[in-house]
Amino acid sequence: MKNLLTKEYKTVSTVKGPLIFVSDVRGAALGEMVGIKLENGETRSGQIIELNRKTAVIQVFGFTDSISPDTTSVVFREQSARINLSPLILGRVFSGAGEPIDGGDPIAPRIRRDIHGTAINPVRRESPRDFIQTGISTIDGMNTLVRGQKLPIFSGAGLPANEIVSHIVTGAKVSRAEETFAIVFAGMGITAREAEFFRNAFDSSGAREHSVAFLNLAEDPVIERLLTPRYALTVAEYLAFDLGMQVLVVLTDMTHYCNALREVASSREEIPGRRGYPGYMYTDLASIYERAGRIKGKAGSITQLPVVTMPDDDITHPIADLTGYITEGQIVLDRGLHRKGVFPPINVLPSLSRLMNQGIGDGKTREDHRQWADQLYMFYARGIEQRKVAAIIGEEGLTELDREYLKFTDEFESRFVHQGMYSRAIEETMELGWRLFETLPETELVRISREMIAKYRVKHGEHKT
Amino acid sequence: MSKIVKVSGPTVQADKMSGCFMHEMARIGSEELLGEVILIEGDTATIQVYEDTQGLKIGDSVVRTGELLSVELGPGLLGSIFDGTQRPLPLLAEGLGDFISRGAEVESLDRNRKRRFTPSVKKGDTVTAGSELGFVQETEMIRHPILVPVGAGGVVAEIGEGDFCITDVIARLENGAEISMLRKWSVRLPRPTAGRLPFNVPLLTGQRILDTLFPIAEGGSAIIPGGFGTGKTVLEQTIAKHANADIIIYIGCGERGNEMAEVLREFPELEDPHTGKPLMERTILIANTSNMPVAAREASIYTGMTIAEYYRDLGYRVALMADSTSRWAEALREISSRLEEMPGEEGYPTYLSSRLGAFYERAGRAKCLGRPNESGSITVIGAVSPPGGDFSEPVTQASMRIASTFWALDYDLAHQRHFPAINWLTSYSLTAPMLAKWYAENGRPNWMEMVKEVNALLQREEELSEIVKIIGLDAMGEKERIEIESARIFREGYLRQSSYHSTDAFCSLNRQAKLPELFLDYARMITKATDEGMPLEDILSAPMAESLLRLKEVSEDGIEEAVGKIKEKMDSYFKRGGEA
Repeated sequence: MKNLLTKEYKTVSTVKGPLIFVSDVRGAALGEMVGIKLENGETRSGQIIELNRKTAVIQVFGFTDSISPDTTSVVFREQSARINLSPLILGRVFSGAGEPIDGGDPIAPRIRRDIHGTAINPVRRESPRDFIQTGISTIDGMNTLVRGQKLPIFSGAGLPANEIVSHIVTGAKVSRAEETFAIVFAGMGITAREAEFFRNAFDSSGAREHSVAFLNLAEDPVIERLLTPRYALTVAEYLAFDLGMQVLVVLTDMTHYCNALREVASSREEIPGRRGYPGYMYTDLASIYERAGRIKGKAGSITQLPVVTMPDDDITHPIADLTGYITEGQIVLDRGLHRKGVFPPINVLPSLSRLMNQGIGDGKTREDHRQWADQLYMFYARGIEQRKVAAIIGEEGLTELDREYLKFTDEFESRFVHQGMYSRAIEETMELGWRLFETLPETELVRISREMIAKYRVKHGEHKT
Repeated sequence: MSKIVKVSGPTVQADKMSGCFMHEMARIGSEELLGEVILIEGDTATIQVYEDTQGLKIGDSVVRTGELLSVELGPGLLGSIFDGTQRPLPLLAEGLGDFISRGAEVESLDRNRKRRFTPSVKKGDTVTAGSELGFVQETEMIRHPILVPVGAGGVVAEIGEGDFCITDVIARLENGAEISMLRKWSVRLPRPTAGRLPFNVPLLTGQRILDTLFPIAEGGSAIIPGGFGTGKTVLEQTIAKHANADIIIYIGCGERGNEMAEVLREFPELEDPHTGKPLMERTILIANTSNMPVAAREASIYTGMTIAEYYRDLGYRVALMADSTSRWAEALREISSRLEEMPGEEGYPTYLSSRLGAFYERAGRAKCLGRPNESGSITVIGAVSPPGGDFSEPVTQASMRIASTFWALDYDLAHQRHFPAINWLTSYSLTAPMLAKWYAENGRPNWMEMVKEVNALLQREEELSEIVKIIGLDAMGEKERIEIESARIFREGYLRQSSYHSTDAFCSLNRQAKLPELFLDYARMITKATDEGMPLEDILSAPMAESLLRLKEVSEDGIEEAVGKIKEKMDSYFKRGGEA
């Protein structure tokens, strides 16, 4: 498609990191996209991020090499970054800057939307409350995912976050069969190997034809990553709220995204916040994560599964920290469990799903679900505590009851958390939990009401393996 | 004509602004976006814009309004949901659809709805600022007095009766002043009162750990700092549901959209536990979610506070919940950095603590202006979101210096799913001593002593737990084992409270008067039993322990009987040396 080229400037004054400064600009708007024409005929794109008197500050979504104040010209496109949308977008693969890279034609411009989106009016939001079965016991049972939620995976270098995410998106089930699912995948700074992994996972599960992928690989321009999730989410909003689909959005890896944000901020000589990240990172991340949800009167939903790789496994690192403050919980992976060969290595203690209560209980999963999960949490927390004590004084120093707690904890990790690639239905997960409770005396089940115990407790001897 | 000369993030700079004043409102660009002057240098002014600045251009027009940022006050506020600059969100949805686009201007209060006004004065009466002219029944529970505006007063020349819109004149004074039911007030200016009153009445929250150990006074201020996932929002919402305030102002400041959706779904269905009316009838929501404009987030807490002051002046007890003040502070930081101000700690502006102080000091109990026999109060409960859960950061520290009550949320408790995850060792209430008299007059003469005993018990457990970590529980002496058991039962049975359990979510004062004594009795009894040589196993396996832990499942009607039964069992079990 041809852009209406109206104004061309040859007044680039400064080139600095990913930024260029153009002077004597008239009529340019904040957020406007620009084309940057190099002497050799190559064109790159950029976006105006600040206007000061007659100078426009432009962040370049490519590399800035070969850009020269003397020979480079800049064309203002008079609009913000947009994407063409149509139902034919399903099955397609795009670059991180929204260009098709699967050899197919560009999408015909039936609908064109600004990728920055606008906030959903809170009164128009439908509160998420439909259970999504992921097949993973620690999620379905203890940190339930619901439609319209944003639930990140907090991972560490070398931990299998991608495996877990692909397991969820290719196998997720909801109660109603007539609905259509779609997967929108945004890869930011991922390696070719990771991209290949997802491609294979989508192909082998048959998910490819109802997925849309945006790939900014590790070798691609860093600043382009700032656009990638926005392209993906604009497509997700179209699929969910125009076409009524249930959309799962994978955003991996948000850490690379945040580092791109930091790079731009430091080039602008902004006052850095914690660890050099800009003070507005919370707001910027919110403009991505808050695009999850449901809208009243519309059938579709957007559920986000962002992956955050915590540098040095540090959950207080600004990226994980700010993410945790915006998202509705987090699934935290644990290096210790991973080393023990537990898959998925999810540590339930720091994990949380804030919307769990709305998606579980009578009529959704089972009436005893909340109490059952609370009880598992309490037992496991106490068992972990006892494990620390035992490491110092030895198991003999523990009371008999505490040794039973240790046993529970070991079994919880090896039988409940560990499940390999096998998917468990929620009933199976709950049954397994009740069986684990058998390790401890009934009087310890203080977080479960007597009525539920009478109804669901597995009697001694039954079901024992 | 003023024009934009710079656009940077949520701020713009405009030239030829001479004559403008600080905090003056301006309209920016062809869409007439709302903005507020926050810096004046010569004839250039910097304006924070309450809507998204994308698309603004150098040379776009800037029009001064000559007015300060203000809110509309009057009948019809209750049950509303506004954004940070008091635009009603349902009206925005009607005009703009599901997403909020820019430039929409809507009136905060319905101009067309007629309400029945009943006068309380007659022609010839002398009235002063704050005197009641009459009233409107805003909801079944809330009688909404219409007061003489601040700065007005005189002899009533004419007074209306009947159905009026809020802009209709309902009274004329002899000096020519015409008074309607609608007031406007600048959000950054505290409304005047006739003087402060002491903190001597608690605001009851129905949360055992708060009301029993760390009570907040009516008119006081509390902060709830906690890392993510420790339960700030759930606690704020639980208090909003159960507190015995007349009016609740809930400000979702830079938080999640889905949370506001949940409040909006739940509150109209829930009952106010004190009046039995729908909770929404006493609630005003201000929702400026994290992806809504940053400058409006900065304004949202002032919008909420000014509305709170208005209801205080009408004579009501208002509880204002701000979730989260850290997001407000971050908005302040973002704007400050656009102004290129010299940063203080962690990039926050140096005036962070004075701004926070000024905000929290707008809380209080006060005599109403013009009606010295009436009083109203604003109790502020602010959530704080410290990065990494580290309380040494500037917002938590600055808030701690001002707020009288400190409810510290704890990661470890949250991970064990012990909620509310309030750390009983680090939390405090500076107003608790001033409330002792009230508790004594309301059936709790020994409250202070009881709190001391509980604190000692919990402190002792903490000391012992350090030793347990080294030598193991089995190696502890019998006396220490009993102390640990006593504390455990108190923690689990009394301090832990589920906001999702229908019976447990709210705990009446009556119940709170009985239960701590029962738990302490149990502690004394098992200590005595050990001293008398009863075997440890028999004590630890006493069947009453489980009954104590399950008392929270017992409904209000059955509690008297249940407590009596447990007491009987305790007496006989320990008297007979462990035979049930």
